[in-house]
Amino acid sequence: MNARFVRVAEAGRPTFDIVIDGRVAQAAEGDTLMVALLAAQDALRDSEFDEGRRAGFCLMGACQDCWVWTAQGERLRACTTPAAPGMSIVTRNSLAGEGVWPHAQG
Amino acid sequence: MSDRADVIVIGGGIIGTSTAFFLRRRNRSVILLERGLTGQQASGVNFGGVRRQGRALSQLAMSNRALDIWYQAKSLLGEDVEFLPSGHTRVCYHAHDAEYFHRYAEQARAYGLDLEVLDGAAMFRRFPFLGREVLAASISPRDGHANPRLAAPAFGRAAARLGANLVENTEIVRVEKEAGGFRVESATGAVWRAEQLLICAGAWANALSTQFGEPVPLVARGPQMAVTEPVPYRFMHSMGVYTSIKEESVYFRQIPRGNLVLGGGAPGPADATTRRAGVLPGNTVQQIAQFRRLVPGLAPLHVIRVWSGVESYLPDAEPVIGPSTTTAGLFYAFGFSGSGFQIGPGVGETLAELLDDGQTAIPLEPFSIARFGRAEPVASVHASTASEA
Amino acid sequence: MAARTGLNVVVIGAGPAGVRAAQTLVAAGLRPTVVDEGRRDGGQIYRRQPEGFKRSYETLYGTEAARAEALHGEFDALRARIDYLPETLVWNVGPKAVHLVSGARYQELAFDALIVCSGATDRLMPVPGWHLAGAYSLGGAQVALKSQGCAIGARTVMMGTGPLLYLVAAQYVKAGATVSAVLDTSTFGQRLRALPDLLRMPATLRKGLTLMGALRGAGVPVHRGVTPLAIEGTPEHGVTGVRVKLADGDELRVACDAVALGYHLRSETQLADLAGCAFSFDQAARQWLPEVDEDGRSSVRGVYLAGDGARVRGADAAERAGRLVALAALQDAGAAPSGTPAEAARLRSELARYTRFAQGLRNAFPWPAHFAKALPDHTVVCRCEAITAGELRHVVREMGATEANRAKAFSRVGMGRCQGRFCAHAGAEVIAAEAGVPLEAVGRLRGQAPVKPLTMMVSAATQGVDDAPGRAREAGLTAQTQAQTTAQAQTTTQSAARACTSPQTQHGAPCAKEFSE
Repeated sequence: MNARFVRVAEAGRPTFDIVIDGRVAQAAEGDTLMVALLAAQDALRDSEFDEGRRAGFCLMGACQDCWVWTAQGERLRACTTPAAPGMSIVTRNSLAGEGVWPHAQG
Repeated sequence: MSDRADVIVIGGGIIGTSTAFFLRRRNRSVILLERGLTGQQASGVNFGGVRRQGRALSQLAMSNRALDIWYQAKSLLGEDVEFLPSGHTRVCYHAHDAEYFHRYAEQARAYGLDLEVLDGAAMFRRFPFLGREVLAASISPRDGHANPRLAAPAFGRAAARLGANLVENTEIVRVEKEAGGFRVESATGAVWRAEQLLICAGAWANALSTQFGEPVPLVARGPQMAVTEPVPYRFMHSMGVYTSIKEESVYFRQIPRGNLVLGGGAPGPADATTRRAGVLPGNTVQQIAQFRRLVPGLAPLHVIRVWSGVESYLPDAEPVIGPSTTTAGLFYAFGFSGSGFQIGPGVGETLAELLDDGQTAIPLEPFSIARFGRAEPVASVHASTASEA
Repeated sequence: MAARTGLNVVVIGAGPAGVRAAQTLVAAGLRPTVVDEGRRDGGQIYRRQPEGFKRSYETLYGTEAARAEALHGEFDALRARIDYLPETLVWNVGPKAVHLVSGARYQELAFDALIVCSGATDRLMPVPGWHLAGAYSLGGAQVALKSQGCAIGARTVMMGTGPLLYLVAAQYVKAGATVSAVLDTSTFGQRLRALPDLLRMPATLRKGLTLMGALRGAGVPVHRGVTPLAIEGTPEHGVTGVRVKLADGDELRVACDAVALGYHLRSETQLADLAGCAFSFDQAARQWLPEVDEDGRSSVRGVYLAGDGARVRGADAAERAGRLVALAALQDAGAAPSGTPAEAARLRSELARYTRFAQGLRNAFPWPAHFAKALPDHTVVCRCEAITAGELRHVVREMGATEANRAKAFSRVGMGRCQGRFCAHAGAEVIAAEAGVPLEAVGRLRGQAPVKPLTMMVSAATQGVDDAPGRAREAGLTAQTQAQTTAQAQTTTQSAARACTSPQTQHGAPCAKEFSE
């Protein structure tokens, strides 16, 4: 899949694995989660109210467009959250299935 | 539009707009006077629960009537007010409340409410998301919820399309009984007249009822409402905690768009004079904690907005509905104590019947304004009096 | 926290205004608290890159490198003498306290004086297709580069107006990113007419002209006087191009995979609103702004506003406004150092030039209010809720909603997560055009807390773990453990809960005893 963002500087940083829709991808140290996602693919999530995809907008925590689901059912604002090793993000509702949200009591 | 009509309605909330609508269906002329815009006050800021379950038994006749109207709202009003027959469930944390669920279910059956009470494993099978402190759940399958921001204005527009004279942005400063009826005057000196007068001005009704010698101990309070971001649509039931401990009494519903509407807990400050109400930040934090207790699965979500408004309460938490005890031709419907939304259209239909026919089969005695300190009710004025002709 | 003596001042925002305000307060012997949502100080214009990134100040900030370095360095030096709360959101303001959340931890923080330096975001006028993946604000495109070393796309079009349009394009070019076109809706004539005001700051004007020259020199097509027609693309893959009408009437299509959109800036005024500050309609700017006096005093005693969060005048002005507003707070508290009147007079005089220059920018790069009326009905106005111009016009026309809050109640415009940040201005223009009323008559959206989404894991209880997801897991486990003991503890529970009958005085402490999560 095509990446959306293009890295033009700060190459050579150590990388680590994150998981996007079940596939392993590489993030670089210092990446926000948004950059880590959009350096690997072209969208962050499904749009709630139309058929399109969304990929964020303001990158400064104002527009609230970049909220994503983790595989554990948490919500993260991608542009203000550092990417971290082991993060597993679900960007397609169809892949979320049972168990991303809500967590039923055991 | 004429400044004279059969009926003047003061107050453009759900009560006033639905009454105007049903009066027009009975071909009675009506002028509705509203200080701001229709449905801006309690009718527009409440939770949106369309709930019969839990009401005092004396309310259930009108509440059933209302539910029928909600089911037909789209075709009646020609607009979608987003009524969803999702069912309403109330839960409890305390054994004495669970016992009450069973008692109420038995009593309410006679009024057409078919409630199912579950506890333990059966309850958690039905609602796996419930916090483990929940002891019992009482389910009312035919109840539901609707969009409070749309409902009263939609009734108002429907009434206007049928010929009601809706006058917004009009503050009423003087109401007087005169020969043949009532004279109502606005702050700018505009005057309207009608044979009958209905005061359904919510938190502001007391100022008017006092002018007719019928003051009531109405207290303004602000509901503490919140809404979450839109998330996948999973909670089909409107649900709330039944408890005598105010801080625990939270409720929520999810709309198909995905937002969860949250409310409850300790109330906030409201001022009828300034028409302002607020949500206390501490209330929001406590409310959120109670939601985690009720449905732990809500924890990952975010509240994106809070709001309040001016609701009005009477000491027994029951409304005033029915004729004045001092003045023939004058009627009241206010003080719904945070529970006026669902029953509103049923009250409106009943009031239209009362004003038009002079009587209604629905007993209104429990809601009489007389219970607030009239030494003796005026003998000639009660629910089945023929209207002044 | 060190013992506090003297005036208790809370500064919101660690951008240029907030940093200079804090510095001024410290110099007067106070120990202010500085609350900022970001991980690092600097605000937006002087946003700091993550630790470990290697680009120089010159690369990141160009002509402003020295200013940026000074601001960062001086804030670093200041940290020992302030209480600095980064990664902390002020989600509500009460009469004498701010309400904070950091991770999931809620805290109420009292103040004697509050200085709000909340900055600004881009001001947006919708265009069909701006909701597609790959459309960003100009500020967003800049953050991607400055803070993360990324371009928002392989071929980016910058569209809109304002100095930021040219600045971001030039920064992209300098960084080696492809800028396919710069499309400015303002005209040369507008710029000419604004010249007298722009000449108040000749150095700044020169910098702007240099940027434009750099773009031309790099062969980037620059068009002025354009009318945006559409951002084209597909729902699945996003932006594929931009279509505009040129000044001469011809249509131009530029292929691209990213668009950076913006029409100058709008102040972040939500906290001022929640603090109860009065707002007035500014006809020239066509927006509602919080009332402030020359020094930054709002209509509420003890609440001060400075920087782009009050009036958009740029970073240099924000530094001066931050100093001036701190002096005002000190003066009002009777704690102003000697020399304050002269210093304040100097700052006021400097700020007057920035005010004139800002006026010039507004005239040179005007907000294209007239676009609103011409937006096709299918244009999304509210990105969060995906509400179109046609749906908004419907509630104006058919439901009489000619006022912003009424239109919001009926159409949902402004009900989304961003609380109207990116739809309120254009939404109001659409309402005014459809209703045939002056913009001022449409009013403004009522401010409501929280100013940004508040996590439902929020709790006032102190927690050692700073990790919000970890805390949620703990909370889940704790709740289950509690539930097992609840049956036995019911009486205790009830009496404990009943003891908390005055939530208004509890300052947010959780009521029920068993929720010490």
